Amino acid sequence: MHAETEVLFRDSAAQALLDPQLRANFRRAMDGLMAKRKAQFPEPQDLQDLRDLSTAIRSRSLLALPELLEQFEANCIKNGIKVHWAETCEQANELVLGILNAKGAKTLVKGKSMVSEEMHLNAFLEKHGIEALESDLGEYIIQLDGETPSHIIMPAIHKNKDQIARQFSQKIKDAKYTEDVDELTAMARKVLRQKFLDADAGLSGVNFAVAETGTLCLVENEGNGRMSTHVPPLHIAVMGLEKVVARLEDVAPLYAILTRSATGQAVSTYFNLITAPRGAGEKDGPQEVHLIILDNGRSRIYADPQLRATLRCIRCGACMNHCPVYTRVGGHAYEAVYPGPIGKILTPQMEGVGVRHDLIHGSSLCGACAEVCPVEIPIPEILVRLRREATHEDAGSNVEGRGTGRTTTEDWAWRLWAGVLKRPGLYRVASWFATRFGKALPAGAPLIKNWTRTRTTPVPARRSLSERMRAEGGRHD
Amino acid sequence: MTNRPATDARTAILGRLRAAGETGPLPSLDTAVLERCHWGAAERMDRLRKGMEAVHTEFLTASPDDWTQVVRDFCDREGLKNLLYGPGSEAGADLAASWAPGGTQLMPYDRPVEAFKDELFTGVDAGFTSTVGGVAETGGLLLMPDAAEPRLMSLVPPVHIALLRASTIQDSFWSAVKALGWGRSLPPNALMISGPSKTADIEQTLAYGVHGPKRLIVVLVDDLN
Repeated sequence: MHAETEVLFRDSAAQALLDPQLRANFRRAMDGLMAKRKAQFPEPQDLQDLRDLSTAIRSRSLLALPELLEQFEANCIKNGIKVHWAETCEQANELVLGILNAKGAKTLVKGKSMVSEEMHLNAFLEKHGIEALESDLGEYIIQLDGETPSHIIMPAIHKNKDQIARQFSQKIKDAKYTEDVDELTAMARKVLRQKFLDADAGLSGVNFAVAETGTLCLVENEGNGRMSTHVPPLHIAVMGLEKVVARLEDVAPLYAILTRSATGQAVSTYFNLITAPRGAGEKDGPQEVHLIILDNGRSRIYADPQLRATLRCIRCGACMNHCPVYTRVGGHAYEAVYPGPIGKILTPQMEGVGVRHDLIHGSSLCGACAEVCPVEIPIPEILVRLRREATHEDAGSNVEGRGTGRTTTEDWAWRLWAGVLKRPGLYRVASWFATRFGKALPAGAPLIKNWTRTRTTPVPARRSLSERMRAEGGRHD
Repeated sequence: MTNRPATDARTAILGRLRAAGETGPLPSLDTAVLERCHWGAAERMDRLRKGMEAVHTEFLTASPDDWTQVVRDFCDREGLKNLLYGPGSEAGADLAASWAPGGTQLMPYDRPVEAFKDELFTGVDAGFTSTVGGVAETGGLLLMPDAAEPRLMSLVPPVHIALLRASTIQDSFWSAVKALGWGRSLPPNALMISGPSKTADIEQTLAYGVHGPKRLIVVLVDDLN
């Protein structure tokens, strides 16, 4: 049976479709992102070669994952980075809190990190009396309104500048109303620079972790990541365990395809390589760097040879920008940390395919996501696999919540269907009834209404094909 | 916080990953697409400049003999109150040796940041650093901040002036990583910078100078001949 807590994507998506402002905001942004990405890959062969290389690097890294994680950890420790492991988000949150408390830290300034969103870290820290402030401009904007990111790269993409202008004038002290983007940016700069200066600690995510050197790589344009990791005396980094690659050389093509796929930039403003806390004689940089390596279901995904491809993801967001569903309903409709196509396969695997059964079906399987994915994750194939997992308990499967998406009604419907198809006599009777009385079936009938809710009611032909073949004698003219 | 749960988590996680087994053949890596980036020294310089100018980086050209004067002229022209520099670096020492009194004041970064954090954030007009190379393919500067040229010099002041010698420009980030030996050992912090700080988080509209420097000035020293 469906779990009680199920969030229905079809309902929130339908609601989002009714919001013309939201749709306009996404349409404009996604069209821009698609065009910019395309302009970055003028040669189809170069793009394909770079995708093949990136896919191979990510696959190799995953094949050697336990060894690479151990090598990475050993090198981090050698460099003076303190490494922690967390099986769950709860553990990771407790680790962050423990590190902050040990230093008496009360304010935390954050660079953009989707893993920290996964952990719901801000809410957790606030409960414990610690201020966690987002410093990425987009994250800052949504935090002011208590919202979650609607896109993994551009978290505030659902808002337009008029909405942000109103918000800033109401929520930032002494701010005047302006719709000028430069002035709005300057306002945020002023507030946040003071926060960087005062913060007891900084937190960041990790884009790539390099095993051979024990290095954390951060990709960004704003400089808030550098501020968060270099200004406060304490830096805490959080990463999913799949982020590690063997060599720094491996990072070069991944970085090249990440920025081009994400925002259509050949390069980001900053590519920051953090290998150690403040060294002997250094005059700045954090005195302590802690790294938390989070599992949260990843090791379970890893165990399945097909689903493991999910972990190749480098979080560029191109699948969202190109998804006909995402671009129309936006990120919030998914009610998940990771929206869009990658979220549709990641969220059910983390939270359970039964709980997020609806999400797996919110796709036309058009394949646009797989076509643009820089690491060639077969998202539609995985969606189909998860649809089966949601209603079956196959031997050898370890998918979270497998089989729990099964409903009695659906079960009986399929049994009936199979029973009829297996018996030619019964099939003939059933199709006779369907062709004669099918159009009399009310659109609101159980099961049928699942189809007719968003589609026109199918009208059966007046005679079935086999009837016509018999009547017309199978002519071949 | 105790170490026990964390250690247990480590064992459990690595155990699960190991149990997943499956160490199939590693897919081979064909890096031909990266090797296609290959240019002569003069073209590398042009490409770097074009790439960085496209994201609002400003360039000043100089010769190996007059670059300190070029920096000085820029500072005076812009009316900068002061310029933060690293007295312990080679470029910093050269700059200080040639700096005439009056006008823009040279400000040495010669103590831990804690001693002047407020001043660094509010009282410094510009920071000057050297670079260890550049990247032609996309445009970008490679920096290795250290004790002589600390990390925040290229981040906190609103203007960052960076010295780049044309002969140190590499084809791509990939070739730079190899040429600089970064894969073997990395300093506590290394970075690539392609322009002034920017954001497009408000309606996809580009705005410069969001958190880091509002302007990036590259003093490009032509030392190719």
